[in-house]
Amino acid sequence: MGSNFAECHPVAFRFALRAREHGAELVHVDPRFNRTSAHATQYAQIRAGTDIAFLGALVNHVLHSERWNTDPFFQEYVRRFTNAATIIERGFRDVGELGGMFSGWEDDHYCPDTWQYEGTQRVVHLHERYTELCRILSHEAHSLHGGRTVGGPPPRDPTLQDPRCVLQLLRRHFAPYTPEAVSEICGVPAERITRVAETLLANSGADRTTAVTYAVGWTQHTTGPQIIATAAILQLLLGNIGRPGGGILVLRGHATIQGSTDIPTLYDMLPGYLHMPTELDTHATLDTYIANEGGGAGQWGYAREYLVSLLKAYFGEAATAENDFCYEYLPRIDGDYSHFPMFVAMHEGRLQGLFLMGQNPAVGGPNAEYQREGLRRLRWLVVRDIFLTESATAWESDPAGCDTEVFLLPAATVVEKDGSFTNTHRLIQWHDKAVEPPGDARSDAWFVYHLGRRLKALYRRSSEPRDRPIQALTWDYPLHGDGEEPVIDYVLREINGYTWAPTWSARAQLQHMADLRADGSTACGCWLYAGVHTGRNVAAARVPDDYVSPGWGFSWPNNVRLLYNRASADALGNPWSEEKKYVWWDEVLGRWTGLDVPDFPAEKRPDDPGDRDATGMAAVAGDSPFVMKPDGKGWLFFPFGMKDGPMPTHYEPWETPVHNALYAEAERNPVTKHWDVPGNPYNDVANPAYPHVITTYRLTEHHTGGGMTRWNSWLAELQPGAFVEISPELAAEEGIEHLGWVTLRTARGEAEARAFVTRRMRPLSVQGRVIHQIGFPWHFGGDGIVTGDSANLLASMVADPNVSIHEGKVFTCAIRAGRLTGDGARAVAGAGGGTGGARRGSER
Amino acid sequence: MIRRSLHVLGNAIARWPVARQIAESGLGDAAVSARTRRLHSRLEGTSTVESVCPYCAVGCGTLVRVKDGQVVDVEGNPESPINQGTLCPKGADTFQYTVNPNRLTTALYRRPRGTQWEEVSLDWAMDRIARLTRETRDRTWRDTDGAGRPLRHTPGVGFLGGAALDNEENYLIKKLCVGAGIVFVENQARI
Repeated sequence: MGSNFAECHPVAFRFALRAREHGAELVHVDPRFNRTSAHATQYAQIRAGTDIAFLGALVNHVLHSERWNTDPFFQEYVRRFTNAATIIERGFRDVGELGGMFSGWEDDHYCPDTWQYEGTQRVVHLHERYTELCRILSHEAHSLHGGRTVGGPPPRDPTLQDPRCVLQLLRRHFAPYTPEAVSEICGVPAERITRVAETLLANSGADRTTAVTYAVGWTQHTTGPQIIATAAILQLLLGNIGRPGGGILVLRGHATIQGSTDIPTLYDMLPGYLHMPTELDTHATLDTYIANEGGGAGQWGYAREYLVSLLKAYFGEAATAENDFCYEYLPRIDGDYSHFPMFVAMHEGRLQGLFLMGQNPAVGGPNAEYQREGLRRLRWLVVRDIFLTESATAWESDPAGCDTEVFLLPAATVVEKDGSFTNTHRLIQWHDKAVEPPGDARSDAWFVYHLGRRLKALYRRSSEPRDRPIQALTWDYPLHGDGEEPVIDYVLREINGYTWAPTWSARAQLQHMADLRADGSTACGCWLYAGVHTGRNVAAARVPDDYVSPGWGFSWPNNVRLLYNRASADALGNPWSEEKKYVWWDEVLGRWTGLDVPDFPAEKRPDDPGDRDATGMAAVAGDSPFVMKPDGKGWLFFPFGMKDGPMPTHYEPWETPVHNALYAEAERNPVTKHWDVPGNPYNDVANPAYPHVITTYRLTEHHTGGGMTRWNSWLAELQPGAFVEISPELAAEEGIEHLGWVTLRTARGEAEARAFVTRRMRPLSVQGRVIHQIGFPWHFGGDGIVTGDSANLLASMVADPNVSIHEGKVFTCAIRAGRLTGDGARAVAGAGGGTGGARRGSER
Repeated sequence: MIRRSLHVLGNAIARWPVARQIAESGLGDAAVSARTRRLHSRLEGTSTVESVCPYCAVGCGTLVRVKDGQVVDVEGNPESPINQGTLCPKGADTFQYTVNPNRLTTALYRRPRGTQWEEVSLDWAMDRIARLTRETRDRTWRDTDGAGRPLRHTPGVGFLGGAALDNEENYLIKKLCVGAGIVFVENQARI
C-alpha cells in the first residue's frame, strides 16, 4: 500500500515477484491501477487518503477472527512483546465518546496526560511552555525518547480482559471500522476488504510471515505518520515485526534520504535522532537536556554518551567537562523552521540568504509558484546542482523586479566523488570516486568545507561570544589534489567516532556504539553509525551471500540486518518455528545467536526480569525486544510521541470532496499544520467547484523534481512530457479526448498537460456519489529537454503535525478540456525563458 | 589483369570460411573473420570503480568503467546482492547523467535585476558567498528571545539540501550550521 513498487523501485520489486513465483500472495491497494497492481494477486482501488480506514478494517477483522483469538502464537507474541496488557489512565476518552476527538484537547492541541500508562506521568508536561512548543515543533521535542516518565511500573493485565488495558481499548476503537462502513469511505467493495484481511491472517503465524511495504503514498498526508502507525498495529498483532519475511518496509525515494535523516540536515535534530535543543528551561544545560531526553530505560538511556561524544566531534579541544562540553554553543530553536516555514520566512523577508544544494523546490515544492516567489524575494541565493534547475531560473520570470544575487555552482556527480549513501534498508554503502568532475564542478563536501574554511578565517579575530562556536569548530580534515578536496574517508571516521586526541594520528577508531563515553574521552559524529569505520571502512565491504549478506556494506545499528530481531524467538528464546528460525538464545553458549547480529544485548537471558533501578539496557527485560522504547514493548497504543492521538483515526484529507462518514464533528485531523498566508488558499471540504480527487506520483523514467533526469536524452525519449491520467467516464463527462490538452485548477492556480484516458483509472462509489480520481506525475518544469507544467503548481502547503510532511498525495481540483488561457499562460511563457537560460548556461 | 583477378579470386576463396576451416583443420580461430579479429570490447583497457546508483534508495551497485580519465560505461554490479547486475532505466542512465553536454561546468552569477548569467571565477564566487553569509548572519543574529531565553541563532540564512548528497556532506553541512548558528536547515527528507 502507498507505493507503486513495480515502477518506483523496480529492481527491488524483483524480490516480490520472486516470492509470488514461490506461491506468495501479492496484495496491492492503491488509488491507481498501475504495473504493481498488474502483478498483484489481489488489487483494491481506494480513494486517495483513506488508508487508515482500510487498515482499520483489517485490524478490526483480525481482532474479531477466531484464528487470532485462539492461535497460541498470536496470543503469546502480543501478550509478551507488545503493550497490549498495559493499563491506561482512567481519564482517557476515545474518539467514539468525544465526536472524533481524544481526551486532552486544549483549544488547538492535545495535552496527552490522559493517554499515559496508569500511574505514570511525563515530567515535561509540567512545563508552562511545553504545550506551546509541542504545537509548533515538528517533533514532540522533549518527549519522544521517553527518558522522563515518572511513576510506574504501570499495572498490566496478562489476561487482556481489563477494560482499560490497551487491547480492549484497541478493540473498542476499531469496532466502527466494519467492512461495510469502510467500503463507504474508501470506495472498495466490502468483500474485497475481508478477503485481504483473511489473506493476511492466513499468511501470518509461527511458521509464516507477511511483509508490508510503503512509500510516500503513505507519508505525504496530513495523517501520514498515523497511517504507518496503523500498519504497525496490524503487524504487531499478527506477530510480523522482528521476524524474517515480516516487517514494515519503507521504500524510500532518494539514494540517501535515509542517511539525511540519520545524519540530519533537518532543523529539529542533531545526528542520531537527538533533538535540537530548544530555548526552554528543560534544555538550558547539558544536565537538564539529558534529564529530559534520555537517561531512562532502553537505548536512549545512553543519551549523555551520544551527545557528549557529538560535542567532542564538533568542538574538539574546546569541549571540556568544566564547560559542559560546549553544550551552550548549540543554537536553540524556538519554533518551526521546517520547509514550509522556510518559504514563508522568505516571503516575509526574514530568511534572506539560501543555500540550495541538490533540491529543486520550484518543481518539487508544494504550491510551486509560492516557492518560486519565495526564491525571488531572497537577497542572495546559492544553487549547487548538476544541471540547470527551475529554482536557479526563478528570477527569469521577472528580472527587473528581482533583486536576488544568484550564484549557480556546478556540482560533481556520484562517480566524481568518494562518499557513502544510506539506502532504504539502513544499509550504508560506500562509492569510490572514478573520475575528476568537469570544469568548475566540485563535490558538495568541497563546497561546505571551503565555505567553512573561509568563514573561520573571517571570524578568526572576533571576540564576540556568538562567534566562539565557529572559531572552536573542528575543521581539520586532510585535503588532497589540486582542487583541495577534503579526504572523505576522514569525515566517515569522525561520524563513526574515535578516542579523543588532538591529531588524527593519535586517534583510535571506535569499534562499537558501546564504546562511547560521556566523559569526553570519545568523539563521535553519529552514535547510530558507530562501527561503520573501525579503521577499516566497513561501508565499502563487498562480500555478498544468498541471504542477508552481512558482509556487504554496513547497516546501522551494529550491522543488524533485521531490526528488533529478538522477536524472532519466543519468550524463552526458542525459534517460533523451524521455517522462521532467525535469532535465538543458545543456553550452552549463554548468548543470543543466529543468522544475524542480535539486535539485543548479546548475553541478556530471555528470563532476565530487568533491573528497574538501572538505566539503559540493564533495565530492559529479556522478553522485551523493542529496545528503543522505555518499556521494551511494541506499541499498539502510543502514550506519547504522537501529537494527533494515541491511536490512529480516520480523518478526511485536508482537501476532500466528501464529509467524514465516521466523525461528523471532527472531519479532518484537528492538529493539521496549515499556513493561512497570502498565496496559499485552500479548497474547502466538499466544495463543488473542486469536485475531483487528485493524486501525484512518480514515473520510472524520471526522478523527483527532474533535475537529475530531464536533461538526459535517453530518459527524455522514454518519457517525453507531462500528462494526467483520467478515466473514460470523466473524459466523457468533460468532453476530453485521449492525448488532448486539459487544464487543471485548484485555489492555488492552474496547470496544463496532455490527457491520458485509461481504464486504469476508475470512478469510485463513495457515500452514494461518484468520485473521480486524477493522477498527475510531478516531475515536470520549464527547464530541460523534457518540459511541462509542474503538478505542484496545484498543490498546497499543508502538513501533518508530527513531522511536517505535506499532503501531496491527495487534494481536490477541477478539470476542463483545453489549454491554459489568460493569466495562467504566464507559466508557459516563463518556462520558455527558462529553457533559453539553460542553453546559455550549458553551451559555454 | 588476369593475374590480378586470379589473385583476388584466390584470396576470396582463401577467406571463404569453408576453405579456411578445411585448410586450418577445424573451427575456433579459423571461423573468425579479419573484421571480427579487429573488433574488441569498448571496455578493453578500462579500469573499474565500484559505485552506487544515485537515484532511488534501493542502492543498486554499479560498476563505472574508466579509460584515460573518462567514464566510458556504467553498468549494474553482478556481485551486488541487491541488484545482481540489473538496473532500471534511471540507473542505466547514470552514464548519461555524468557524461552529458548539458551539464553545468562553469560558475555563473546573476546580479540583482540582471537579465543574464555571467561567468565568474569559482574563487570569486566562494569569497563573495562567504562574505554575504557573514554579513547576513551578523545582521540577523538573535542572542535571546523577548523573555531573555538564549537562542544564539540566525534565522536569516538557510540551507536546503537534496537527499542525494552523501552522508559525509550532510554531516559537514549540519556541523557548519551548528557552528554558525544557522537554524533553517532542511532536506528533501522532510517533504
